[in-house]
Amino acid sequence: MSRSSDLVNRRSSKPHTSMFVRMLMRAAVLRRGRAASALLAMVVAAAVATAMLNLYVDVQAKLRKEFRNYGANVVVVGKDGQSLPADALDTVEAALAGHGLAVPFAYVVARTSDGQSVVVSGTDFEQVRKLDSWWSVTAWPNTTQDALVGTRAAAVLSPQGTPFDLSFQDRTIRLNPAGILRTGASEDSRIYVSLKDFGTWTGVQPSTIEIASSGSSEEVDALVHKLSQAIPAAEVRPIRQIVEGEARVLGKTRATLAAAAVLIIATAALCVLSTLIGWVFDRRRDFAIMKALGASEGLIGGFFAAEAAVLGAVGAVIGFGIGVGVAVWIGRVNFHAPVVPRLNVLPVVFVGSIVVALISAALPIFLLRRVQPAMILRGE
Amino acid sequence: MFGRLVYESFRRQKRRKLLAGVALTLGVGVATAMIAVATDIGDKISRELRTYGANLIVTPQEDTLDLQIDGVDLKPPSDGAYLNEADLPKIRGTFWHHNIVGFAPMLPVTVHVGNDAAANVTLLGTYFSKRLTFGKEEFATGVRVTHPWWKVQGAWPNDNSSDVLLGESLAAKLAGKTGDEIEVAGQAHRVVGILSTGGAEDGQIVAPLALAQQILGKPGAVRRLYVSALTKPEDAFARRDPQTLRGAEYDRWYCSPYAASIAFQLQEAIPHSHAEQIRQIAQNEGTVLSRVKGLMLLVTLAALFASALAVSAAMATAIFERRTEVGLMKALGAGNPAVAALFFAEALLLALIGGVIGFAGGSLLARQIGRSIFDSQITIEPVLFPVILAIAVIVTFAGSAMAIRRAVKLDPVYALRGEA
Repeated sequence: MSRSSDLVNRRSSKPHTSMFVRMLMRAAVLRRGRAASALLAMVVAAAVATAMLNLYVDVQAKLRKEFRNYGANVVVVGKDGQSLPADALDTVEAALAGHGLAVPFAYVVARTSDGQSVVVSGTDFEQVRKLDSWWSVTAWPNTTQDALVGTRAAAVLSPQGTPFDLSFQDRTIRLNPAGILRTGASEDSRIYVSLKDFGTWTGVQPSTIEIASSGSSEEVDALVHKLSQAIPAAEVRPIRQIVEGEARVLGKTRATLAAAAVLIIATAALCVLSTLIGWVFDRRRDFAIMKALGASEGLIGGFFAAEAAVLGAVGAVIGFGIGVGVAVWIGRVNFHAPVVPRLNVLPVVFVGSIVVALISAALPIFLLRRVQPAMILRGE
Repeated sequence: MFGRLVYESFRRQKRRKLLAGVALTLGVGVATAMIAVATDIGDKISRELRTYGANLIVTPQEDTLDLQIDGVDLKPPSDGAYLNEADLPKIRGTFWHHNIVGFAPMLPVTVHVGNDAAANVTLLGTYFSKRLTFGKEEFATGVRVTHPWWKVQGAWPNDNSSDVLLGESLAAKLAGKTGDEIEVAGQAHRVVGILSTGGAEDGQIVAPLALAQQILGKPGAVRRLYVSALTKPEDAFARRDPQTLRGAEYDRWYCSPYAASIAFQLQEAIPHSHAEQIRQIAQNEGTVLSRVKGLMLLVTLAALFASALAVSAAMATAIFERRTEVGLMKALGAGNPAVAALFFAEALLLALIGGVIGFAGGSLLARQIGRSIFDSQITIEPVLFPVILAIAVIVTFAGSAMAIRRAVKLDPVYALRGEA
């Protein structure tokens, strides 16, 4: 008695609209297995879509970091071989604002004790090490008068690794070959010393600044434009070999990833579609009972739509969390740096999931609409 | 009887079979396309990376030091040694000649331009797209392959002509334009195009190699040779010194397309030469390549996972819908194994049909991706076919197993009353 009066009390105290919510809740609780499998499909699809979209958005930044290993993409050179103004490096550093590296180089042609010409360059070793990571160096110089000697220069100047003399305009310097440099390009014939040693010996200021800007190609163009205005005495140009190669490989990789993303998301959506159609179709008896009890088609349609929408929304939110986790994991495994979760992916996944869920629910309802409830209830 | 059951099931339940079949076909198609793209992407990206230009350089063995600042050669042309142009086609005879995309010789000479004796300019002799023959084979090579970022306004000169290209900034300085005649070293030459490279060549004249040799007075001379080759990323084994390797190890090193071993073979092919990898290009190629390959591998795994799920979901739904049938069979005395066998046989048939169609569709899809993104075919290994079929069957079985178990366990009475 107490139970039924309880029920009566509860029902009378609640407005009729709660029936709708109750039906939604009970449908999920009573058919736990089927509802769970539909939700699972939804979650997996949303997760896969999130991971792919996140990767697609972030892969450019990740790969661009790898491409910066190719070194400078912009070079600032004094016009007609002149030295750059003394504040040029500061101007460049300010324009970069931390998004890249700038390394000064000064060059002279010096003579060895037996009269051979050799290119000597003064630079900042700390920075070069970061900029030109492909340089194969036996040991980086760290004290004054230590030099980094290109492998071909070393064979001529100091085959045994003994100190050697160089002269430039009657001023001589004694250098100690601290390490051997090997690059396969013109650096092999050069001698690198620190800017400080170079300045006190030759008095020549840097004539070149090599810049590795980590921005996109538009940002690189903007940087080139800004710098050529800021330093009128210099010629600023992008290194086309590096910029174009990067743009090409990046473009192709992104296009492939986009194709893959479309295929995978379509497959995931298909998975949701077939599971949800099965789920709704399976409940044709509920549908028939509701209809037999006098529910309007609009109400039934609304009920199934609401159910699908809730499923889509819940699936999208859980899936988004898992998908971000997958993207971060892929980033860590492949790029050794986590992919940054993009929140702007969430609305896309959210809306997409609900739309797919609604379509999956609408299809069987549309088919069932024409069927008499009695036929369904008889199990035909 | 068993055969007839399966046959009738396919004949009478076309709609259900079609739904599951479509899901299976699409899943297999996506998996095939992704696997094909992922296995071929290394090759494709490796070719794209060749837009960075040459990764190997060949110089004369007994050369004096380079005097290069910002790409401008300060070395007197009379100084140092030369390679012999006649040796260049021998590159086609090396073991890895298929991996060599192209090569371009360079010969810089200093020339006077016009009547002004003070205006010294570098003239760079090279191949643009020179036709060469090695044995019976004929091929074309030059800077258009090895330096793809060079852009010409106008036309590229013919390698056998004495036409020249004018560097962009030099053209601005001399007020020269396409179609002009320019006096180089006392001879008039036609300017057929303006060259823009973003490098030192912008301030130079670029001419066919024969012209530079003629000005220098050294027929057949080449200062250095740029080679663009498809290489395998360097590993610990690649860094070994070939001199210290023995027997089989040496053969393995020699027969792997490492930058170092291709350089070694170039050195063998061209007498008195020294070949070296340009580390900026050669070393970084490997990292970029492995990142892209790794990314596609992981994405392919995601694709396989998604298609496996789609297939299992479709199978589970298809079987779940046939509870009454199971109930009827069991009520007529069929044992659990007989019912399960029927479902598995149907699943197998479906997987095989879906697998074959899906493989064909996926191959077409992969080719389409290859053509639209990389402008080249994606090769599909024939060995992929049985692998894909096996995967399709396994995934279909795995996807069906749970649903079949549930269908078989069902009490026929409930199933027939439609209460499950």
